[in-house]
Formats: sequence, C-alpha cells, structure tokens
Amino acid sequence: MIAIEDGKKIIEDVLKAYPEKTKAKREKHLAVHQDDCSTCGVKSNVKSAPGVMTARGCAYAGSKGVVWGPIKDVVHISHGPVGCGHYSWSTRRNLADGIPGVNNFVPFHFTSDFQERDIVFGGDKKLEKIIHEINELFPLNNGLSIQSECPVGLIGDDIEAVAKQTSKDIGKPVVPVRCEGFRGVSQSLGHHIANDSIRDHIIGTKKLDNKSKYDIALIGDYNIGGDAWEAKKLLEEVGLKVRSIWSGDATLEMLQTAPDVKLNVIHCYRSMNYICRHMEETYGIPWVEINLFGPTKVAESLRKLGELFDESIKSNVEKAIEKNMIAMNKTIEKFKPRVGGKKVMLYVGGLRPRHTIGAFEDLGMEVVGTGYEFGHKDDYERTKDYIKDGVVIYDDVTAYEFEEFVKKINPDLVASGIKEKYVFQKMGKPFRQMHSWDYSGPYHGWGGFEIFSRDMDMALNSPTWQLVTPKWRKGST
Amino acid sequence: MSVKTVEEVKEWINTEEYKELNFKREAVVINPPKACQPLGAIFAASGFEKTLPYVHGSQGCTAYFRSNLSRHYREPFSTVSDSMTEDAAVFGGLNNVIDGLRNAYTLYKPSLIAMSTSCMAEVIGDDLNAFIGQAREKGSIPEDFPVPFAHTPSFVGSHITGYDSMLKSILEELNQRQKKSTSVKGVEKTSLINIIPGFDPHVANIREIKHMLGLMGIKNLILADNSDVLDAPLTGEYSMYTGGTPLQDAINASKNKGTIALQKNSTMNTIKYIQEKWEDHPAFNLYPPMGIKLTDDFVEKISDLSGIPVSKELEKYRGRAVDAATDAHQYIHGKRFAVFGDPDEVYGIVSFLLEIGGEPIHVLTATGNKTFQREMELLLASSPHGQGAKVYAGFDLWHMRSLLMTDPVDMMIGDSHGKWAARDANIPLVRIGYPIVDRVNLHRYAVVGYQGAINMITWIVNTFLDELDRNSDDAHFELLR
Repeated sequence: MIAIEDGKKIIEDVLKAYPEKTKAKREKHLAVHQDDCSTCGVKSNVKSAPGVMTARGCAYAGSKGVVWGPIKDVVHISHGPVGCGHYSWSTRRNLADGIPGVNNFVPFHFTSDFQERDIVFGGDKKLEKIIHEINELFPLNNGLSIQSECPVGLIGDDIEAVAKQTSKDIGKPVVPVRCEGFRGVSQSLGHHIANDSIRDHIIGTKKLDNKSKYDIALIGDYNIGGDAWEAKKLLEEVGLKVRSIWSGDATLEMLQTAPDVKLNVIHCYRSMNYICRHMEETYGIPWVEINLFGPTKVAESLRKLGELFDESIKSNVEKAIEKNMIAMNKTIEKFKPRVGGKKVMLYVGGLRPRHTIGAFEDLGMEVVGTGYEFGHKDDYERTKDYIKDGVVIYDDVTAYEFEEFVKKINPDLVASGIKEKYVFQKMGKPFRQMHSWDYSGPYHGWGGFEIFSRDMDMALNSPTWQLVTPKWRKGST
Repeated sequence: MSVKTVEEVKEWINTEEYKELNFKREAVVINPPKACQPLGAIFAASGFEKTLPYVHGSQGCTAYFRSNLSRHYREPFSTVSDSMTEDAAVFGGLNNVIDGLRNAYTLYKPSLIAMSTSCMAEVIGDDLNAFIGQAREKGSIPEDFPVPFAHTPSFVGSHITGYDSMLKSILEELNQRQKKSTSVKGVEKTSLINIIPGFDPHVANIREIKHMLGLMGIKNLILADNSDVLDAPLTGEYSMYTGGTPLQDAINASKNKGTIALQKNSTMNTIKYIQEKWEDHPAFNLYPPMGIKLTDDFVEKISDLSGIPVSKELEKYRGRAVDAATDAHQYIHGKRFAVFGDPDEVYGIVSFLLEIGGEPIHVLTATGNKTFQREMELLLASSPHGQGAKVYAGFDLWHMRSLLMTDPVDMMIGDSHGKWAARDANIPLVRIGYPIVDRVNLHRYAVVGYQGAINMITWIVNTFLDELDRNSDDAHFELLR
C-alpha cells in the first residue's frame, strides 16, 4: 500500500494535465481511501466529461448486453441501425446451453438494420414485420425483447404499441425496452431499465412447480465463462435449490416464476438490486448479497445463507466448507508462494472492483487501487468494507488517469478490460481481463478459484515478461 | 406451423423448405457480417501520425468500437467520445464539442483530431462545421488546428463507408493546408505513388505492398498507414501514437505522381475527390491484389503509372508464388467454397480461388452495390470454375447457413462470425477479414500480394490436410499427402 500522503500527491499531479473545468470535475472522482470513509471519498454515477476517453458504455449495453442478452429462449432484437447489435454479438461470454437457432438465441445478432428511410418514416411497421418473421423462422422462441438503440427514441417511434399488438398476435411476450444509448450516464441506467421492463412484462406471469422450502433464485450471475454453473453447483451442494438464474443461461420461465422462491441471492448488486427490491416489496421475498470469489468469501457467503435456513442447511454448509477447503488449501499452498505479496490495481464494472479483492487476498496479494466504471454511491459504501486505508480509488477513470496511476503506483498486475489490456501489456505489466476472464473462467465458486489462481500466476509469472528487454539493454548482466 | 419439438425444429432449419422461408424475409436481418460507419472512420483516422479519433455522440458506441478493434488486433485503440446524453438530445451537442475538443486536445496532445459521428448526433442534426468553429472561438483548440470531420451514422452504409468518408475528409483538410503554404502554383511533381489500402484488417498487407514496391524501386506513400499503430512492438513503454502517415507527407500527397486505391468499394468517394480536385493527378480504384492475377493487375498498373518496368526481383518473387500455387493446386482443385465478407475482400478471394481451380459456390456480402454484384458475376462467368457460383450481395449469415445446409461446400472463408454456420455445416472455416477474434496473429500475415497468395494457399490446403488426417481411418492415415 502506498502512504496516504503519497497517494494524494499522485492524484494531484495527475489532475494537473486537465483544463480547469474538467480538473474540478475529475478531482471529485479520485481519492485515497482513509478513515473508513463511507463513500471511499469519491463522487459517482454522474456524466463523464466529454473528450477524456472514458471506458464507459451505454444503456443499450446495460440492457441488451448485460441483463436481457443472456436469456436464451428469448429473441432479442437490436432495434435500430446495425452497429450496436454487431458489437454486442457474442462478445460477453455469457454461456448458454441449448441448440443455437432452435431453442437458444444467445449467439445471435438480430437487427432491424435501420436505413435512412427508417429514420425518416419511422421503424414501427418494420418492427412489426420483424417480429412476425422471427416468430415464423424460430418457432421455439418463448418471447421477444425490443432493445432500442439511440435513433428509436429520437424519432418518436411507438415500440410499446407495436409490442402490445404483436404480443397479442403471436401469443408470446414481446417486451419493449427503452434502453437508447443516450439515456443516463453509463451502462447502469440500462440495467435499471431492463429490470423495470422485466418487472412490468414478465415477472410473476407463471407459477413455479414442485415448490420446496429451499427454493432460491440466483440473481445477478451472467454465467461468464460458466460462472453460474459453478455457483449453482456450490449452492446445490449445501441443499439449496437454484430454481432461477438472472440471467446467465436463463429461460424466460425462470424469470416468470421467480416470485415463488423463498430467497433471492444476489451476486451482482449493481445490475439487479432493483428487481430484488421489487420482489421484496411486492412478494415479500427477502434478499441477501453474497460473494463467490475466493474461498474466504465463498465460505462467509455460505454461512450467511445457512443462517437464513434450517439446521440441515447449516450443517451441510459446514460439511461443504470442510470438504472443499482441502482442495482450496492445496491451491493456496501451490500458488501463494508464486503470487503472494504482489500488488494489483483493479478497474472493472458491476461488482468486481470489490468482490474479487477477497480472492486476491486469499492468495496473499494486495489490491492497492480500485474503481468502478459505472458504480453508484452504494457500491462505494460496500467497497469500504473490503479495503484498507491507502487504497487509491478512481471512479470512471479516464485512459490518461489510469495510465498515469499505474506508472506512479507501479502495481505488479493490472486487472481491467479489453480496452485497457494492451496499453498495460505494452508497458510490460502483467494483465488480466476481469470482464471476460480473459477467455478463461469460470472464476466463481470453489472450482473457479482454482482457475483464478492459475490465471493470476500465469499472468504474473509468464516467462514472456523476461523477453521484453533484450540482453544488450540490460546493462552488465 | 407443424414443427413443434426441439428435434423437429433442429431438422427443419436445415431443409430446403426452411431455406425458402428464410430467403423470403424482408425485414429482419440475422447475423449480418458488417459493422457500422464510425468504426471505419476511426480506423481510417488511426493511420495518420499523432491523430486522435473523436466520435461526436453517445459514448457507448466508442466503447464498442475500441473493444471491437482491440479484440481483432490485440492492440490498444485510442478514441475519445464527447459523451452526449439526454440533455444534448434536446439542446444539441455544441457544449460537448466545445468541452470535448478542449479536453482531448489538452490531455492527449494530438496533431490532428478526426471527428466522426454516432447516430444520435446525426438524427438530431448537429452542425459539425459550426460547432468546431465555435470551439475554436472559445479557445478549445488553436485557431489553425486541423479537425476534419465526417458524418457517419450507422443507418447509412457500413464500416467501409465510414472509412471512405473519414479518409476523404482528412485528405481534403490536409490538402487545403498545402495550398495555404504554397505561394506558387503548379509545384513540381514527385515520383512517389500514393497507395490507399482501404479498410484492411491485415496489417501485414501494407508491409507486403511496401515490400513489393521496394522490389521495383518505386517510392510510395501509404494513405493511411496504420500498420505500425496496430502492430506496435512491446518495449515496456506505451505510447498512444506509434506511427502513421506523417501529416506533412499527407499534406503534400497531391504533388505525388498518382494514387492507387486497393479496395475500390471502401474508397469510392475518396478516389472521386482525388480525381476531381487534385490537379494532374491520376487516381485508380482497384480490387485488392489478392491471388496472382489481381496482384499482376496491380503490378502492371503501378508500373504504368510510375514508368518503372517490373523488376527481375519482383518477377522472381512472383514466380515463387506461382510455384506454391502449382505445388498445391491438387488440394484445392474442384473443392467447393463459401466466401463471405466485405465486397473487396470477397472479390479478391474469389479471384484467387478461380485461378487455382477452386470452385466458389456461395458468395455473400452484407453490403455491396449493384456494380459490385455485376463485376462479381462477370468474374465468375469468366472462369469454368465459377459456373456453380451464386452471388448474394446484401445478405446475412443466417442466409448463409441455409445455403450451406442445402447445398453443401467443403470450406468456408470469412471472418470469425462464420464459425457457427461452419460448425453446423461441419466444414472448416479459414479466417480472412474482419474481425478475427478467436485466432491469434492472422492479421500479421498478408493476404495481398504474391506473399498473400502463398499464405492463403498454405492456410486453405493445410486446413484440408489437417481435416483429412484427423478423420482418416488407420489404412488411409498416410505419411505422404
């Protein structure tokens, strides 16, 4: 960890590069955590400054890409021009079981491919036709969602009316989602809009069969690289029944029947707290936040769940922890000597800027900087429980800031996204993508930690880093 | 609809009946192999020295473009957005341009900012010229700082259209600077030939062109050269600006002897502009030099234009490629291919297949106009190996799947997005084009020029042979192939 005063000096120096107005804005988003500050000392969830190179995406990305996209038996129409759907076509690694084009539409890009005439005359008629064509060509779809792109909201199309009519025509849900990219300040509003659209059109429209007192919904697990499958395994090992997953490898029915479960277990708080609150208020379903990264947090989370059920679950939890810790301790024994003491800087979205800290710490690594792409105040409030004084916090960090922070703080590993990856690798910094697990994973649960540990070791100790400087530039060696 | 169960539908989507239904659709587009305009625009901008691509509009688009390009090249890709939100939808994006240019200029210290637009700015009708002017007045950027701009909504054309618009705009802007700095008209011509690569996702292509011109002793200027930007060495230090065509060279480009563009569909407006506005400057729009014949066309054109005869060295170089083609022809001759991608690339691949005896069957592009369709059909008609082919311009990969299932081929050639259709059809996919996000380093191999012909032969033939070895029974698992 760097000294608090040094951290402040670093931030001050980095801010010098900005014009006055932007400096005044940006300094509110950068801080060194101290005195257990409730918000980690930063402002969040406000507009990005123009021209600074933010990593943030948009509401469409939050809705189509994050919340809706993984629901596999629903056809998601990227409604508008071709680009948005193209870039979000199978680029998130939310895995799904099923036959593509038959009962699984995850690896697809359905677009209305707007042309100039659609902008001029409106796209409602085209949309209606699209819905009928899709329903004919993909008869096993269980519904459709209309993911609005920027122009849709600007030209005044009435997608709600089209959805209502076509839903009647085909006898399946057709959900209009107003997730135009210009709404809000990041992906985050898209999550909220998507949650609301599920609330308004889907939830509670079917009853759960074979109910039991151990029925739970796993909320906010998108099955990146198979995460949700690992999570399900772990929860079912202790006797809980995962009846619904939001929304990794999910079916529409899982969302419809969710209000019949006993407990909502939420992983990605940021993207799905809305639906948990709704189910709590409307159906009286309690919800609990868990963390599935690293054995310490997994065990903590399981015990927390055990407390909410009966003695049999509690005793299963203890047995599962005891059993799985044998492998976990082996993993830690193997990798801790290789990665222990290494410093990490994180910059991710959703939950990972705090949730993964425990997994790094299980390996004896130290997180010295972290920040959220699209976090809110309540994310930073939760973060403070994970970090010590001296951790540098950067909200909606700009490319310039991140680069300078890494140069000055000099961590051993940077863990962030694809747009950041190659910048830091060019600097000779080991890097792991923490959105996509760098095409690896899963990282959730017991099994995930073994893969996580292997991957961090691989990044840090790859012999390729020794190739960067040729021997004739290494001085006397 | 009689089909109900998963098994029934699974069979049904492979049928002729389904194909007919699939080709009847008029509204929905499913898995189109095309991206949108601003992606091409920032790609064009990345080829100029110390140039910062800037997208006026919603920020999410820019995040998508950068991710998309970084995945293909496994390289950083810098682009700023001016992050327009709901208030800008109502009041316009003037303030975003004023603040955005100031921040981008101050923070990233570019020599040129190339502005393109996202849909949002286009739908609300922002006046870029006026906005940039006002930003200058407010001191966001110096008075004479170049900010060429292009209107690049996603609802017009595709990434290749955006490439064309941005390149034209940058060349126009820079060319004006030449006039300003030159007092005497009719400045002497140089012997340099300008080469415009087009939206070319293989960085090695530019290097191959330079190598071939080097073998002929032809001096050249690449407009715009992002081969060093998108294939930067790992040295332990990161620099945002790692190469690109020097701005001063681009300013003087019209004084060079002539211009040859290598992807006619991605440079139509740029070439038209050069032909109309650059004095005494012949400019040609070619199909990419893929395979021997199209490379020969390019070599002939450049020899004519430069007045430099084709060198012995280049003929030797060509001869090696022809040698490779004849050595390997037996593995390609009569094999049936599906090809998809951007029009220029598809034309190049088809031309190459025909000359080596391969049979293109399904030829598909998401874009491509009537001229392209006609020229493609003429090319196919010109060869006995092209008789079984059909051209689908303006179609998508769900169409392609139906074609593969009802009229099987031996191999598909295209970008990574073809992998599902290829898997369903149980055929290999050789990856050429954009984006390739599931294999490493292919962008570091040329597909143009004589070396490009060798590379394509290598990939195609060895893929067939790998398949053969993996699927042979014991008796037919032979050492010699």
